[in-house]
Amino acid sequence: MLALQILIDGFAISSLYALGATGFTLIFGVSGVLNLSHGAIMVVAAVIAWWVAGTFGTGAYIGALAGVAAALACAFFTYRVIVRPIQNSGAIPKEEKEIFVLTGTLLWGIMLQEAVAYLFTDNPKTVRPLIEGVVTILGVRTPWNEILTAVLSWGAIGLLYLLVNRTRTGKSLLAASMNPRGLTLLGFEMSNIYILVWAIYGILAGIAGVLLGAFLGVSSGNAGNLTASAFSIVVLGGLGSVSGSLMAAYVVGYLETMTAYLVSPSIRTVPVLLLLVLVVYLRPQGLLGRR
Amino acid sequence: MFRSRTFQIAVPALIVMALLPLGVGGYILGLLTLAYYYAVFAMSWDLLFGFAGEVNFGPSFLIGIGAYTAALLNHYWLWPIPACLIAGAFAAVIAGAVLAVPALRLTGPYFGLVTLVAVLLLQNMIVLFAGITGGEIGLDLPDVLSIDDGTNYYYALVFMTVSGAILFGLAQSPVGLILQASGQNATEAAALGFNVAKHKLAAFCISAFFSGLAGAMLIFYMGTASVGTVVEIAVGVNVIIAAVLGGRRTIIGAAVGAIFLIGAGELLRPLGQLATFVVSAVALVVILFFPGGFMGRILQSGGGE
Repeated sequence: MLALQILIDGFAISSLYALGATGFTLIFGVSGVLNLSHGAIMVVAAVIAWWVAGTFGTGAYIGALAGVAAALACAFFTYRVIVRPIQNSGAIPKEEKEIFVLTGTLLWGIMLQEAVAYLFTDNPKTVRPLIEGVVTILGVRTPWNEILTAVLSWGAIGLLYLLVNRTRTGKSLLAASMNPRGLTLLGFEMSNIYILVWAIYGILAGIAGVLLGAFLGVSSGNAGNLTASAFSIVVLGGLGSVSGSLMAAYVVGYLETMTAYLVSPSIRTVPVLLLLVLVVYLRPQGLLGRR
Repeated sequence: MFRSRTFQIAVPALIVMALLPLGVGGYILGLLTLAYYYAVFAMSWDLLFGFAGEVNFGPSFLIGIGAYTAALLNHYWLWPIPACLIAGAFAAVIAGAVLAVPALRLTGPYFGLVTLVAVLLLQNMIVLFAGITGGEIGLDLPDVLSIDDGTNYYYALVFMTVSGAILFGLAQSPVGLILQASGQNATEAAALGFNVAKHKLAAFCISAFFSGLAGAMLIFYMGTASVGTVVEIAVGVNVIIAAVLGGRRTIIGAAVGAIFLIGAGELLRPLGQLATFVVSAVALVVILFFPGGFMGRILQSGGGE
């Protein structure tokens, strides 16, 4: 009974982690950027979905769409106003671009978080789920929304997989992560590829944010933790490896759920942090990393 | 050295700061006292990042270890303040070395992540053992540095000046040059016969020493040690913003950035929740348009280092 409960809850939360981390690792794989405003973008998506659905009475679906659109807009802004100017800047030495991108996106994340707190207060908000109701699976009461979260997360990841492996545009993304110079020589415009990657990232982060808002509820104060958990999952799986991130998301999701159920919810994240330190020391390239 | 730009700026500024208690009230002095401790945090961070090229995302790990070691010794065993300060500083060095020896084998984002995780673990431990550490509420201290604003101000000013002078001198010394070389091209520095790992470890320990000492001083100024003031990620983020804003690789710039950050946060307090937003926006604009920071501009135009 408890085992099944852990299995179901763990699966739903892990799927959500997987979705959140996929976008994060995609950006790193293709353009080498660690986007520290990730958590804030997810929070914006959830809060906008909550606000549109609640204030205008448009229903959960339009609200969710508005949330994803908001995340897309934030992702574009992050790229055009912060990441690209730093990457193209002549005044910043090449070896320091990384820290500038990190600091810049971190500051932008704080700005987003504070703007949300100012406009919508920092109370936790629960987005109205797309499907209401509860179903009993082998004696475990499971909200339909939890099942939907897992299904939608995997649906989005599946679509991304098809896009990257089956379409010409997607294959150019894959090529960009392997050898950007070679791709440029073949006549591809790198800036178009970056814009595409950030658009995909925005949509994925938006969906993850809205689902998280419906599943657990979100407040502006969560932004830092969301970024940290995406960062940990991505490093655990191996920077830039999508399949590694998916695996790591499940390791983290189940480890957290088991700790919460079997030990105490207050130390939920501690075993994950210890595992992370261990993996980084023993196998710095992560579980499935390439380098 | 006496003709260098940094010296020409620092000395008049220090004279003005030393005369300040004659002219301003206790409120502003209290604010500046806090800012001076932050200045030491930021300068120690700059030694590690600007010179050794290592991005430490967890300055508040070192600060927190120093602060909580001192706090526990004072709270439970009633050690006198100087002994607590020394113990705090050395605990930070030991913790820093334990963290750095394996972590320095890692580079770039991995090193950053380990330092970030260290902060999260420390924070979790403090909350988990709330019975001993006071948890989220904090640990009150039987002793304080002084109850007089002016005395506290001079303690902080002297502490900042001495730490700043040592860190600056170190950064300008041959050791600082080796650090800078290892930060920019570790392979080449090693090929020239310098022990890169040893120098970086030394930089980490020095950074830890001053961070821990400043953390311990800060809690004796405040009279209480809490996660929010010395351990939280937000503390570390402020330190990093201050150092980058003031101008990395200048040491003095980090102090300027810290004083600016604390001052701006206070000036904007009437804006309420928007204050943090505005400070972050200003910092972002500086990073995007003047990547050298405040001091980077001034020092570059004059030269003569």
